[in-house]
Amino acid sequence: MNKQTRASSKTTDFDRLNRDWYIDKAVQILVFIGGISAIVFIIGIFIFITKEGMGFLLGDFSFKEFFLSPNWRPTSENKATYGILALIAGTASVTGLAMLVAIPFSLGTAIFIAEFATGKTREFLKITVELLAAIPSVVWGFIGLAIMNPLIIDIFDVPVGLNVLNAGIILGLMAAPIMTSIAEDALKAVPDRYREAAEALGATRWQVIYKVVLPAAKNGLLGAVLLGVGRGFGETMAVLMATGHAINIPGSVFDSVRALTATIAAELGETAVGSPHYKALFTIGISLFLITFVINLIADLVVRGVKKG
Amino acid sequence: MTTRENSTAIDTSLAISTRKLNLWYGTFQALFDIDLNIKQGLITSMIGPSGCGKSTFLRTVNRINERMDYVRISGEVDVMGENIFGSDVEMLQVRKQVGMVFQRPNPLPISIRKNILFGHTIHTGGKTGKAEQDEIVESALKQVLLWDKVKDKLDHKATTLSLEEQQKLCIARLLPVKPSVLLMDEPCSALDPKGTEAVEELLWELRGKYTILIVTHNMAQARRASEECIFMLMGKVIEHTETGEMFLTPKHKETTDYIEGRYG
Repeated sequence: MNKQTRASSKTTDFDRLNRDWYIDKAVQILVFIGGISAIVFIIGIFIFITKEGMGFLLGDFSFKEFFLSPNWRPTSENKATYGILALIAGTASVTGLAMLVAIPFSLGTAIFIAEFATGKTREFLKITVELLAAIPSVVWGFIGLAIMNPLIIDIFDVPVGLNVLNAGIILGLMAAPIMTSIAEDALKAVPDRYREAAEALGATRWQVIYKVVLPAAKNGLLGAVLLGVGRGFGETMAVLMATGHAINIPGSVFDSVRALTATIAAELGETAVGSPHYKALFTIGISLFLITFVINLIADLVVRGVKKG
Repeated sequence: MTTRENSTAIDTSLAISTRKLNLWYGTFQALFDIDLNIKQGLITSMIGPSGCGKSTFLRTVNRINERMDYVRISGEVDVMGENIFGSDVEMLQVRKQVGMVFQRPNPLPISIRKNILFGHTIHTGGKTGKAEQDEIVESALKQVLLWDKVKDKLDHKATTLSLEEQQKLCIARLLPVKPSVLLMDEPCSALDPKGTEAVEELLWELRGKYTILIVTHNMAQARRASEECIFMLMGKVIEHTETGEMFLTPKHKETTDYIEGRYG
């Protein structure tokens, strides 16, 4: 009673905590958890795959065999070998070809959208590109399997249409939309006054793009390409369906190959948990994780460089 | 050409002359029946309140306004006696003849040297030898009084210069293209008083060699740095006389009100 009268006798209430204060605090905590969860998850995933693959790394692992042998025979009766060289070659060849397809496509589209298209054409194209990016990879794989496969057999007169060429084209088309979006952002970030300055000097549209816009956007464009490469390394389903899934160091684009990711996807379900095969697959996972992590990191640093320079 | 020669004799002492120039941004009319004769070799300033069409006029003469597809233009603009909207006129050649300096310095994000050579390279196809290029860079930078400051860092990015130096560089890079007219759209508005003074000095330096048309918000600047002055209001030219006369004995009430600061 005494206390209450003292409180009410105060003319100010600077220490009052109202509902808004609690909402504000709650939102702050929620946002903080949301923000930090990405870091927690990535560390958690890394710890998990490292733990699962560690047994192999510490036990049967032979650095030389793992990275330099093309023989991936995890289920061999006599002597199981775990060499991923052929798988790396498979992933690298498919990704390389995919970039050859995707870079001209995505840069061309991005330049058209950012520099030439206006009004409705531009909006329509942007939406279409975003829609393309949302096509599930299994659909792309299906296109590779059902459409590209017979087409390649027909056109090039080869026995198998599921090969580096097929997967490279499919993966290139898959990576192109996201690369286009990022490349377009990079071109958009070039201030219009640079274009105006160059045009006022009498430069043609092409000269403006070639001499001013592309050099100014080069970091962002490189970032777009690197993200495409990262996508290529990480893509699983479409590659599994379109490569032919044969362990092979490719001699030409018509050879079937097998990708790192596809190997994990196809085999992990059939291995006994804790077996050397299981652990070897997780070691592939670690390698993939590190590769894509490094590529994404480089892409990020490169894109960031654009703002500093 | 022939019809015009019959109707009005070409006055070779005119750098820019317009007849019945109207301009619309979409449905908004920004310029109304502009008839202007701007003399060769002089510095002419354009004053008037914001939105009166000064910049629009400038951007029309360089044809940079046509970057925007909603701009519509009627009437005639002659630069050095030739109609820049003529059917046989190549827009890029007009822009080469008529250099433009913008309100905010806009050097390209490449080296100082490449900035100077940019216009030259795109118009010659870049077949100039290194020695000649060096000469072009040196002479352009000397003309804008920038050579001594930047001669040791020609390969630095132009965007690292101070604003005043950037604006001087933007003027310098027009010169190798050999324009006859220089248009300046409030070239000093981003500069401090010292930078402004330096650019004004430069204007006098370039006077005679080029016809200079400078838009300014700053009446003191118009008075200091120009020989003829044009006062515009609501898309129309109100008065065009010798600068001293404009400020001492303006003929129109609107002009008097503006230069006395009653609006603007």
